[in-house]
Amino acid sequence: MSAMQKMMGWIDDRFPLTATWKAHLSEYYAPKNFNFWYFFGSLALLVLVNQIFTGIFLTMNYKPDTALAFGSVEYIMRDVDWGWLIRYMHSVGASMFFVVVYLHMFRGLIYGSYRKPRELVWIFGMMIYLALMAEAFMGYLLPWGQMSFWGAQVIISLFTAIPVIGDALSTWIRGDFVVSDATLNRFFAFHVIAIPLVLLGLVVAHIIALHEVGSNNPEGIEIKKVKDPVTHIPLDGIPFHPYYTVKDIVGVVVFLMVFSAIIFFAPEMGGWFLEPDNFIPANPMKTPPHIVPLWYFTPFYALLRAVPNKLFGVIGMGAAVLIMAFLPWLDRAKAKSIRYRGPIYKTFLTLFVISFIGLGYLGTKEPTPVHNIFARIFGIIYFAFFLLMPLYTSIEKTKPVPERIPE
Amino acid sequence: MKKLLIALLFAPLTVFASDEGVYLDKAPVNLSDYPSIQRGAKIFTNYCLSCHSAQYMRYNRMVDIGLTKDQIKKNLMFATDNVGSTMKIAMRPEDAAKWFGVPPPDLSVIARSRTPDWIYTYLRSFYLDDSRPTGWNNTVFANVGMPHVLWTLQGEQVLKKAGKDGSKPVFELVKQGKLTPDEYDATVGDLVNYLTWMSEPARMKRLETGVYVLLFLGIFFILTYFLKKEFWKDVH
Repeated sequence: MSAMQKMMGWIDDRFPLTATWKAHLSEYYAPKNFNFWYFFGSLALLVLVNQIFTGIFLTMNYKPDTALAFGSVEYIMRDVDWGWLIRYMHSVGASMFFVVVYLHMFRGLIYGSYRKPRELVWIFGMMIYLALMAEAFMGYLLPWGQMSFWGAQVIISLFTAIPVIGDALSTWIRGDFVVSDATLNRFFAFHVIAIPLVLLGLVVAHIIALHEVGSNNPEGIEIKKVKDPVTHIPLDGIPFHPYYTVKDIVGVVVFLMVFSAIIFFAPEMGGWFLEPDNFIPANPMKTPPHIVPLWYFTPFYALLRAVPNKLFGVIGMGAAVLIMAFLPWLDRAKAKSIRYRGPIYKTFLTLFVISFIGLGYLGTKEPTPVHNIFARIFGIIYFAFFLLMPLYTSIEKTKPVPERIPE
Repeated sequence: MKKLLIALLFAPLTVFASDEGVYLDKAPVNLSDYPSIQRGAKIFTNYCLSCHSAQYMRYNRMVDIGLTKDQIKKNLMFATDNVGSTMKIAMRPEDAAKWFGVPPPDLSVIARSRTPDWIYTYLRSFYLDDSRPTGWNNTVFANVGMPHVLWTLQGEQVLKKAGKDGSKPVFELVKQGKLTPDEYDATVGDLVNYLTWMSEPARMKRLETGVYVLLFLGIFFILTYFLKKEFWKDVH
């Protein structure tokens, strides 16, 4: 026995190192037909690591103080060695996190990855999405620019719409009657420790749940149904390591090329990743002409504004996010994957995607009457996609799903 | 597949924020033109840096645009002897608010909040207006509190035709300044070039680093691509 084997034996007697490696990588059997859409899970993990790593270095130089915050970001951009790179990696990383997560969620949608037995994988994913939104919202306050301040002011004031306790609740969240030093400090605490801890825990739960039931695939076929009679390995499965590790590395490199191209050549992304107004220090006495959240929140922001009543707008916005969690029980179709579904589902899905992007666009624009009409139409389609789903997925005939993944 | 990935990830680029309908000229920004940035620095420290601060900008950062510390000290520093200090001013914000209505904004990152084109057009769009306390008005920033600081250079112009719905306004120069109109445009161009550089001094370094990073990733992509191909040979 070599020294290495001896050491592994010593560890394995005390900690399931080899067993964990096998269960999650070298003997975790994933379907062999993963396509383009299956890169985004590992990419989301990569961006999470990027955010934590760059965040640690930003924290070393950032000052959560209304008098110093804006200046400390500029200090990072100018005087800290490679500070500009760390800051751009973090700010572009935030937007790319949402790009990757939205594509990851869309993958789940088209291939029915939320369906039984993966309901909890989806629920944990939705909780990650919620945590991510909180993380992004609180992080955006930290540079203490005009949009940081007024964005937080608008979003926190939404809680005042809640009857009876609304005013007290929003004051309690801010720690003050307006967004102030107290707010900045607590958002900093939530952004750098509380929510990242929750996020990491949820990511672990998401992966454990996934590895318990096994991955879905573009065909929506359960590969565990057909196993080798002797080895009990799914016939259409391949070990995650090395096959998908080497494949994901290619995805990672392509992603890093896109990521780097933005960081180095367009870190502001034309005002979409870093808004021009956020280069003006927060000024509580001067409201900017239009207050717009960053692009990843605009679909929900448009829904909020589309409803004339503030309380119902807030409820609508919350419902738009939460309703996604119920997908596993709303979808009644026999087939999981879009490849075996009929034109009705495909039409609804297409309309849903158009509405989501349309709402996202409208959320960046001023709420003119014409824009509001469109936002309402898109909003109705958005909810119809979910609420009518039990109906249209149960009446529509799906194509027969084969036992094995076709060659 | 890869094309699709790139197209998707770049999708946000295709939508650009629209402007508010004020006509803007294109600023001649060229951050490799150090002499232009240096001339701009001179205009900035002489004309701007008494009412406006640039409190996040250090004087000695200007070594990046080809100046020595001695040159900076001799020609560009009037308020301090410490070449490592930031560009602060003596005017107190509460006094400034009394004199101008609002304190003049810090200019460290003004080119990032306003855009170079806006500043370039703004500084060339002052015209005589008796109704204003300073005697000046501006077509880009109506009823602005700032007077035409560069009037000795440009001279005095009056507004002949206001630009409506994004069209270009027409001015007439009624009194020639020290510079011809072309020289004045070039001078403002230099100043905007400086302001753009100052708003992100690391920009040239960023662009340069980016080229090497992408070259490395390009080579790394080829390696990982063939590694994947080799491993996947036996998967059918």
